[in-house]
Amino acid sequence: MCDTCGCNLTPGNAHLADQKTVDVLSGLLDENDHVAAHNREHFERHGVLAVNLMSSPGSGKTSLLEATIEALGGEMKFAVVEGDLETENDAERIRAHGVPAVQITTGQACHLDAHMVHDALHGMDLDGIDVLFIENVGNLVCPASFDLGHHANVILLSVTEGDDKPAKYPVMFRAADLVLLSKADFLDVIDDFDTQKAERHLRELANAAPVLCTSVRRPDSLEPWFAWLRDTAAALRGGAGMIPGRRPASSAPHAEP
Amino acid sequence: MHELSVCQGLMRQVERIAAENGAQSVSKIVLKVGPLSGIEPDLLQHAFTIAREGTVASGAELEVQGGQLVVHCRECGGSGEAAPNRLLCPDCGGWQVDVTEGEELLLMSMDLEE
Repeated sequence: MCDTCGCNLTPGNAHLADQKTVDVLSGLLDENDHVAAHNREHFERHGVLAVNLMSSPGSGKTSLLEATIEALGGEMKFAVVEGDLETENDAERIRAHGVPAVQITTGQACHLDAHMVHDALHGMDLDGIDVLFIENVGNLVCPASFDLGHHANVILLSVTEGDDKPAKYPVMFRAADLVLLSKADFLDVIDDFDTQKAERHLRELANAAPVLCTSVRRPDSLEPWFAWLRDTAAALRGGAGMIPGRRPASSAPHAEP
Repeated sequence: MHELSVCQGLMRQVERIAAENGAQSVSKIVLKVGPLSGIEPDLLQHAFTIAREGTVASGAELEVQGGQLVVHCRECGGSGEAAPNRLLCPDCGGWQVDVTEGEELLLMSMDLEE
């Protein structure tokens, strides 16, 4: 039997003659990543630093933003995209401080993706804005897989959650460019959160990101965070090419920050 | 449960590639999903049975290839396997390592029926 005259076709294998395998080798998130790159260009055209804020629900993302707006509102202009499954509550909290905020309600979706952020940007004027915060859905699993077009991942870990969170959620914490140990004033009254252990778990993910202790109830503790924000925004305005720390679900390797 | 979102993105790619190749249907899809991809292969299989409905791949089989997690040490040059939450050099124990394998989330190939 041969491949020339068709004598290798039998009733049993004839259907295989119409079958072919195509090699693809493309990233499963290519579609998202394409929109993310478009978002990032949009931010950079406006000189806007975009920060993706991630954490468990209730670790103080919105409170941190309120404290940051209050402290730095005189020197920087902010805008906020809020992600939650339901309610407009967080956007209303931000707007009460005179800062523009767009709320994305994801319904049942456990994360923001680049398309959702792209749609939200249609309702937002970025002229004159220095920093756009994208407050992701509270979740330590899914959000890190999706590039939104942001420049940096900031992850909050409140000290009431446990110092082994980086070891339990490695894919998320590996993506951090900065980790804030929030609600640090509680360290005075709890004895089971070891900040050094939390940092060690982060290093064991091969992540060199700075770790800062913060509490919105102790304004002095926020100064290093403000300094990071000023420096990072200035670096972007100075033309530093910036991409977030390792985004796990990426087909292409990212450069070191 | 972001596997469903990822799977819906996969189906859009599959539909496009099938159309570009003039295929009537897709019989098999092969993915590579590394241990540090953030995607759980079992959940992806479940999501696939939902996402494939009504598409050109409604009768397709999904093959998910795993893979190992390999790090390379920037300090001592050592290389070897590591666990997802302990990305340490197998030789010197240091954390200044690069992941060289294990982050993949790729559509490798498709079997098409013409």
